[in-house]
Amino acid sequence: MATQVLMPALSPTMTEGKISKWMKAEGDTVESGDVLCEIETDKATMEVEAVDEGTLGKILVPEGTENVAVNAPIAVLVEEGESPDDIADAPAPAKAEATPAEEAPKEEPKADAAPAAPKSAPAPEPEYDGPMKTQTVREALRDAMAEEMRREEKVFLMGEEVAEYQGAYKISQGLLDEFGAKRVIDTPITEQGFAGLGVGAAFHGLKPIVEFMTFNFAMQAIDQIINSAAKTLYMSGGQMGCPIVFRGPNGAAARVAAQHSQCYASWYANCPGLKVVAPWSASDAKGLLKSAIRDPNPVIFLENEILYGQSFDLPDSDDFTLPIGKAKVERQGADVTIVAYSIAVGIAMEAAEKLAEEGIDAEVINLRTIRPMDTETIIQSVKKTNRLVSVGEGWPTCGIGSEVSAVAMEQAFDYLDAPPARVAGVDVPMPYAANLEKLALPKAPTVIEAVKSVCYA
Amino acid sequence: MARASKSGAKSTGAAKSASRSKTKTAAKKKPEVSGEQLLSYYRDMLMIRRFEEKAGQLYGMGLIGGFCHLYIGQEAVVVGMTQAGTSDDTVITSYRDHGHMLACGMDPKGVMAELTGRRGGYSKGKGGSMHMFSREKNFFGGHGIVGAQVPLGTGLAFGHRYSEDGGVCHAYMGDGAVNQGQIYESFNMASLWKLPVVYVIENNKYGMGTSVERASSNVELHERGAAHDIPGMQVNGMDVIDVLNKGGKALDHARSGKGPYILEMKTYRYRGHSMSDPAKYRSKEEVQKMRKESDPIDNLRHTILEGGHSNEDEMKDIDKEIKSIVTAAAEFAQQSPEPDESELFTDVYVEASA
Ligand SMILES: Cc1ncc(C[n+]2csc(CCOP(=O)(O)OP(=O)(O)O)c2C)c(N)n1
Ligand SMILES: [Mg+2]
Repeated sequence: MATQVLMPALSPTMTEGKISKWMKAEGDTVESGDVLCEIETDKATMEVEAVDEGTLGKILVPEGTENVAVNAPIAVLVEEGESPDDIADAPAPAKAEATPAEEAPKEEPKADAAPAAPKSAPAPEPEYDGPMKTQTVREALRDAMAEEMRREEKVFLMGEEVAEYQGAYKISQGLLDEFGAKRVIDTPITEQGFAGLGVGAAFHGLKPIVEFMTFNFAMQAIDQIINSAAKTLYMSGGQMGCPIVFRGPNGAAARVAAQHSQCYASWYANCPGLKVVAPWSASDAKGLLKSAIRDPNPVIFLENEILYGQSFDLPDSDDFTLPIGKAKVERQGADVTIVAYSIAVGIAMEAAEKLAEEGIDAEVINLRTIRPMDTETIIQSVKKTNRLVSVGEGWPTCGIGSEVSAVAMEQAFDYLDAPPARVAGVDVPMPYAANLEKLALPKAPTVIEAVKSVCYA
Repeated sequence: MARASKSGAKSTGAAKSASRSKTKTAAKKKPEVSGEQLLSYYRDMLMIRRFEEKAGQLYGMGLIGGFCHLYIGQEAVVVGMTQAGTSDDTVITSYRDHGHMLACGMDPKGVMAELTGRRGGYSKGKGGSMHMFSREKNFFGGHGIVGAQVPLGTGLAFGHRYSEDGGVCHAYMGDGAVNQGQIYESFNMASLWKLPVVYVIENNKYGMGTSVERASSNVELHERGAAHDIPGMQVNGMDVIDVLNKGGKALDHARSGKGPYILEMKTYRYRGHSMSDPAKYRSKEEVQKMRKESDPIDNLRHTILEGGHSNEDEMKDIDKEIKSIVTAAAEFAQQSPEPDESELFTDVYVEASA
């Protein structure tokens, strides 16, 4: 029976890819395990192996085709004596009921060859009026590191798979080539060890960038981050500064379940001695990472895997940096203040646009830095709108939203026309099942609902 | 594929084993492996291989999400160890866990349905590929944090000794995991307190894209217990009989109160680290050579046929039977509904009884 070969999903976030090369031609025999073709995603080039055996009857999608959706038929395998046209009445291999397009909606389906663009564009940088370019968050992070490594010899990058593999999420692509193995260092899987080693190197005067493959694994190292990196300056009466950046993806990715999907913003934000940064756009990512590397203090730099592939406009300049500790008003509004950080800024922007259609004019504040928090920008906004909603992926209890709300109560109580509302991740470990995962994370409709509740709309 | 049991193994329906007669005492002697046993190991390994191939397929179709780490190539390790153990033993491992679960006698349907995140899965769809458990089969997970299962396994061993139940914990870890500090904290306690645990290092040569040579100052991983007086042995992890024999010795050592043992299984994973690994860090030739020369299933098949323990027809029947079990598991995993939305909030706490 003829079988269709479908475009495979090769990663948790892949929705489509490019068929870069067919390794088999029509008429070739195929054994299970043979490489059929090569597929390119924004992260990597992968070989697709045949699962079934037969003869490659027909190639349905020629090489060079971009944006081939996951699960689209790309070729037909036939058995001896069959013609590829038999596929017309042959059943396709069990069709996925829940396609990845539905299952991993957080990386928006790509409309063209460029990686997914966010639905809402950030406001321009008020301090910058030079030329602009478009980049993914991934590229912006890499450029920030490369520029700072060029600028200062003492900066080096260390972590699991950062060098030869080019980064588990390809953030350090090309850095080993440019800076060599002395400054781009693959570590064993030993987070507490290399985090502590990084802190020691910082005490010695170097400026380490320590990449955690994800922040979930930084829990192995959190003692060194808190007890050694954050507190030593104080304990040494100001002698032992620790200029170090701990960076990596934080929060939920897609379908990776409880141990790999947690937001640590409030964990680190609780600790004096640390600065905590959480960028949303490519501009945030680049400008803040450069500042974090230059900062003489330990900085926790919380990235987000889903954002890595998203493109944004950003300043085209090696000198562009953003100040740590300053929030940005991404959207001006008069009726309600929405305070968000990281991926939740995109959700807040989406909600704000829908609310505008219903006549509610929301102001969206991108926190950018969690600690020290730019309370002034929040308070100014609340004094104008008199209503406040916070949005973040982390759990609600003792979360960033709790802090934002406390700040508003303490400093703008008389201006509030309604109790502040918090939109947060649901208070459970992240479930694996697609339907439950969707329910566990904040979405634009949840934000809209919260806004309406504080506006009594 | 259930382990030998004192009380006679329960049938798991889908996964039958021909070698359930082995008892605790039989494990003491160097086992004389019968043709029937060879066939049952073959069957168990083939089950894992076919199951994993199917899982890979379902992943490609978007039915399985997130990370999915296949065990293809390493089947002899877990099948040999399981057969060397008893049903009193406990098992714990990392995220590369599908093979371990099948070997423990867990139902392929329930495992596959967990991979698809459905109600019929072992964790009701809430754990996924990396986090699955079965109290009934003494399988304690399925852990996503590299190395974290090793202290847990040491704690299971502590439980065995405390309750004097005669069990040993099989605590598995990768060659990459052996560099985590908590491994050595565990080694020290296990040796200090003579805990019944066998640490099984599955050395498949790579931790993600990093070869053992690039991650470890001393690549003789079986010697990693030396500082804590833990004996270790290297094992051909591509040969189920070698695993069975040496596994039996190590388990006897631990069971008899002498403390922990380390087995370094020299093995190989054929597929990428997870589904999204382009595997540029090793050559195709290296993988091909392993598959051709050292495949644990092909080699056992030869041994069986050459020894006259079976014939082509019988082996084909086994292949067919396994294929149908795996197909049924895949169907079940697609038909089982997603968990009810109310499950989002269950299982966060155990209801405390007043
Ligand atoms: C503490 C921690 N750090 C990093 C990771 C990411 N990670 C997952 S698997 C893996 C490689 C582990 O290799 P190994 O121990 O050899 O096991 P194998 O995958 O080969 O079975 C890494 C780095 C993790 N899950 N947990
Ligand atoms: Mg390994």
